[in-house]
Amino acid sequence: MESVFGLVGKDFAIVVADSSAVHSILVHKTNEDKIMILDSHKLMGASGETGDRAQFTEYVQKNVALYQFRNGIPLTTAATANFTRGELATALRKNPYMVNIILAGYDKDVGPSLYFIDYIASLHKVDKAAFGYGSYFALSMMDRHYRRDMTVEEAIELVDKCIREIRSRLVVAPPNFLIKIVDKDGAREYAWRESIKDAPVPVAAA
Amino acid sequence: MARYDRAITVFSPDGHLFQVEYALEAVRKGNAAVGVRGSDTIVLAVEKKSTPKLQDSRSVRKIVNLDDHIALACAGLKADARVLINRARIECQSYKLTIEDPVTVEYITRYIAGLQQKYTQSGGVRPFGLSTLIIGFDPHTHTPSLYQTDPSGTFSAWKANATGRNSNSIREFLEKNYTETSGQETLKLAIRALLEVVESGGKNIEVAVMTREQGLRQLEEAEIDAIVADIEAEKAAAEAAKKAPATKET
Repeated sequence: MESVFGLVGKDFAIVVADSSAVHSILVHKTNEDKIMILDSHKLMGASGETGDRAQFTEYVQKNVALYQFRNGIPLTTAATANFTRGELATALRKNPYMVNIILAGYDKDVGPSLYFIDYIASLHKVDKAAFGYGSYFALSMMDRHYRRDMTVEEAIELVDKCIREIRSRLVVAPPNFLIKIVDKDGAREYAWRESIKDAPVPVAAA
Repeated sequence: MARYDRAITVFSPDGHLFQVEYALEAVRKGNAAVGVRGSDTIVLAVEKKSTPKLQDSRSVRKIVNLDDHIALACAGLKADARVLINRARIECQSYKLTIEDPVTVEYITRYIAGLQQKYTQSGGVRPFGLSTLIIGFDPHTHTPSLYQTDPSGTFSAWKANATGRNSNSIREFLEKNYTETSGQETLKLAIRALLEVVESGGKNIEVAVMTREQGLRQLEEAEIDAIVADIEAEKAAAEAAKKAPATKET
């Protein structure tokens, strides 16, 4: 029941992911960060098998860092996407990673870009993408309301529309979502959209 | 079929490993490199032998970073250095991937030294012909460190050290003049030490400074020139002060 989706705006890209960590019928936590910051200007939102998700995104992150140390310049978003797809493809017919990925990045010469990479190593460069059951609702909302060159405010409005749809129409909708943005100033957390906050931990009696 | 079972580094009758000692000779022919550890700053300064006019000097970087918080300079065979540096960079990321923590300076020094030692005890290979100076700040304690490794695979921590050409004279200078310094003073000490054996001028030395907050910063030629000019002025003032009392007496 995980949801990850993303879209490209005027000079930025946004990735949104739910933040529930679920095991069978138990919700372990509701503030899991599924959007890995690969380097200063790249975001990788991932959904799927929890162990594979953490392992694979960290592996990509460390390889991106290694490239930068070896070559003195960062990997481009396109190169990162192709590297990621290559790793998924190599593992596919041996020991596949069950992870779906939305990669967003900002390159100085190209601007913002978004890549859809699914667990069987398909790669598509897109303006909007979504994974999971939430994708039925998110993609429909984005198809209706998305325009090229949206401002951050307009894009967040659209993101909120998608989240509202997912929350109201999906039977086991994740309660909380995390939004991260990448633009010329870098990749960073933008906002949380919480409908359930963890109960405050009682302080021990003095 | 090639046979790699014959060792190249074997003991001599009087207990020497000549290949390792010859490797140390190669280091002694390499460019001079100095490292100085301050309380909040660590400096590496390396001699730049005259660049051919047509060469793009930016492609010859003598001080490299292994990770955000670790840097390395070396003296000796530069091609061997590329191999070691590459392995060390991979190890830095691999460690972070498994342990979720950046390496300590000691760990990566131990790793590099271990690699150098392996090549003195394997079939069909020769030792790496370089000594390294490794600097960095430990991830949680933030203590600055300076380590040196050599072709035999030994390593140790230093307050200040030199390797390569004329390293003995530089080390003597450092032993005489080392004090606990910080910031700009550490930088000046390192450059003064290197200027003992290198022609002065920004285009003959490459200098990099590491601080905890900013990581590794390579100095521009103009900045080095300015500091060198400062040092020369201080030297001239000291000379003048020495001579002045003598003239008063006559």
